[in-house]
Amino acid sequence: MATDQYVHPDYYNMDEMLTEEHKLIRESARNWIKKEVSPIIEDYYERAEFPNQVIKGLGEIGAFGPYIPAEYGGPELDQISYGLIMQELERCDSGLRSTASVQSSLVMYPIWRYGSEEQKQKWLPKMATGEAIGCFGLTEPDHGSNPGGMITNFKDMGDHYLLNGAKMWISNAPIADVAVVWAKNEEGRIWGLLVEKGMEGFSAPEMHGKHSLRASITGELIFDNVKVPKENLMPGRSGLGAPLSCLDSARFGIAWGALGAAMDCYDSALRYSLERTQFDVPIASFQLTQKKLAEMITEITKAQLLTLRLGQMRNEGKATSAQISMAKRNNVEIALKIAREARQIHGAMGITNEYSIMRHMANLESVVTYEGTHDIHLLITGMDITGIPAFKREL
Amino acid sequence: MKILVCISKSPDTTSKIAFTDGNTKFDENGVQYIVNPYDEWYALVRGLELKEAHGGTVTTITVGTAADDPTIRKALAIGADDAVRIDAEAKDAYFVAKQISEYAKDQGYDLILTGKETIDYNGSQVGGMVAADLDLPFLSLASKLDVDGSSATLELDITGGTKVVKADLPAVVSCAKGMAEQRIPNMRGIMAARTKPLNVVAPAGVEELTSFTSYSMPDAKSECKYVDPDNMDELVQLLHNEAKAI
Ligand SMILES: Cc1cc2nc3c(=O)[nH]c(=O)nc-3n(C[C@H](O)[C@H](O)[C@H](O)COP(=O)(O)OP(=O)(O)OC[C@H]3O[C@@H](n4cnc5c(N)ncnc54)[C@H](O)[C@@H]3O)c2cc1C
Repeated sequence: MATDQYVHPDYYNMDEMLTEEHKLIRESARNWIKKEVSPIIEDYYERAEFPNQVIKGLGEIGAFGPYIPAEYGGPELDQISYGLIMQELERCDSGLRSTASVQSSLVMYPIWRYGSEEQKQKWLPKMATGEAIGCFGLTEPDHGSNPGGMITNFKDMGDHYLLNGAKMWISNAPIADVAVVWAKNEEGRIWGLLVEKGMEGFSAPEMHGKHSLRASITGELIFDNVKVPKENLMPGRSGLGAPLSCLDSARFGIAWGALGAAMDCYDSALRYSLERTQFDVPIASFQLTQKKLAEMITEITKAQLLTLRLGQMRNEGKATSAQISMAKRNNVEIALKIAREARQIHGAMGITNEYSIMRHMANLESVVTYEGTHDIHLLITGMDITGIPAFKREL
Repeated sequence: MKILVCISKSPDTTSKIAFTDGNTKFDENGVQYIVNPYDEWYALVRGLELKEAHGGTVTTITVGTAADDPTIRKALAIGADDAVRIDAEAKDAYFVAKQISEYAKDQGYDLILTGKETIDYNGSQVGGMVAADLDLPFLSLASKLDVDGSSATLELDITGGTKVVKADLPAVVSCAKGMAEQRIPNMRGIMAARTKPLNVVAPAGVEELTSFTSYSMPDAKSECKYVDPDNMDELVQLLHNEAKAI
């Protein structure tokens, strides 16, 4: 892969709205990525492997639980810092960001919010450094957009719970030391259980054959009469709202992340179009190329404003789930469109691994589906503005 | 060991350079500043490595205004223990050097490290002037620095090779490529930097010996012409008639 020359586009001087510490956090993440990840990412993507050697570095740049309080080993940063780190990671690769999102928002977040003090002490400090890796099991083979219909369940056996069922499409599963598993009790109420690697009857086989997010590892979680100690149930919250609140946090990070992928595609396309000459002039001098670039930077700038405002609201604890949905959906959509246009600007080179564009494009096909599909987010906005849920219908 | 590292800021290498006030002032509008890479990658990191090996402290010193604070915080995030900022605009090398030596003279530093130059004006003067003012040995363009007790062994870049020298401490060293490897601040460092002391000190009364009269941009890069390797006649003719090189 060519040297990573990324410079972030900032057409509306958004940097003026960031603190010096935000910029230092972003710069450190970027420098680390350019040094440690950019040179190897294409190779790992092609081999469909997660580069385990970057885990420690991810911890060092604060990518694992950025907002987790210092008393639990976290960096205790604000939400905008979290967003900026996710943006830098996904600027490099959506799979890299996914690993960090899952660890931060889907595992550390619920343990921090709903876990017992012992659970927090046991897991959070180790997860902040990457010494322990976690995964989040909500989706099942027959329950994707409708997780409330899950069949994974646990029974109270007196001194322990007995867990049965299966989860599918679980990021980080094969390398995880702990899985946050959402399952129903005998009354049908959803609770989160911490299922640890090595528990009898628990396996996490890897899923193969992905054309997208190849540098992130995905697996199944299979529970065959797993005895889960009672102290592994997260006592703080039950019901579908518990996993959904984790998704809010993750989707917030994805909104920033997908925008990072878009910014990388634009940055690469702009540079390429100024360097590549056809008909004796740079292709950037053609109106049709300029239209593509101008539309890209316009969409990026709009998304940057949306995302930063969302960050401010989240810092104040005011962002609603529906507001987060809108940003996730919008930013992934513009990123996909920008990736496609940027690929055209790169001509044939755009389909090669010399450039990150095609990888971003393929990755974003996962991002547009996971954490609530594109259409489900539309329905969330629709429900929010009309007050009428349109998810279910009778046939 | 007490180490003082001189840190200055310089425009990011991707900045667009422009001038204002009839070409008498550098236009700072939209310019992002970074820690001068020679100060950061080589002087500071080697200072930290020496501290890690021998114990002691690393203090940074900057002659600058509050606009320099972000770059100073970065140096603290990388690992310096504390920072001093002499509160004055840095325009003239003598002025800057004199401020540093005035501050350093009673502090008992074993080593004063600078970058070999700042990548804005590339003056390379401050280190030498500080050494002269403090009457200390000055070793410039060092690509290696080791300390053993009260003396230092250095490798200095010279044209076509390197030279190995020994010097008694205290000494002033200007650091070049090879001295150390860049350290990216990690989150612990960034968090710790929030509370590390940054002491702002009033400047000593020193006169400036130089001032800028005007700036100008280098000529725009002329276009590159390609000549077919088989067409020597055209090459000779171009070199003679257009480039006037032969
Ligand atoms: C790479 C990858 C990693 C993942 N990681 C995780 C993870 O770590 N943990 C986890 O729990 N899950 C994970 N997922 C699963 C992901 O969250 C689900 O794929 C997603 O929720 C969609 O579910 P589904 O694939 O079953 O699609 P379905 O729900 O079957 O949807 C198929 C199509 O139907 C549409 N649709 C469904 N319902 C409606 C409706 N009411 N109205 C209109 N359209 C509708 C959808 O929009 C979609 O277009 C991952 C997925 C991928 C691809």
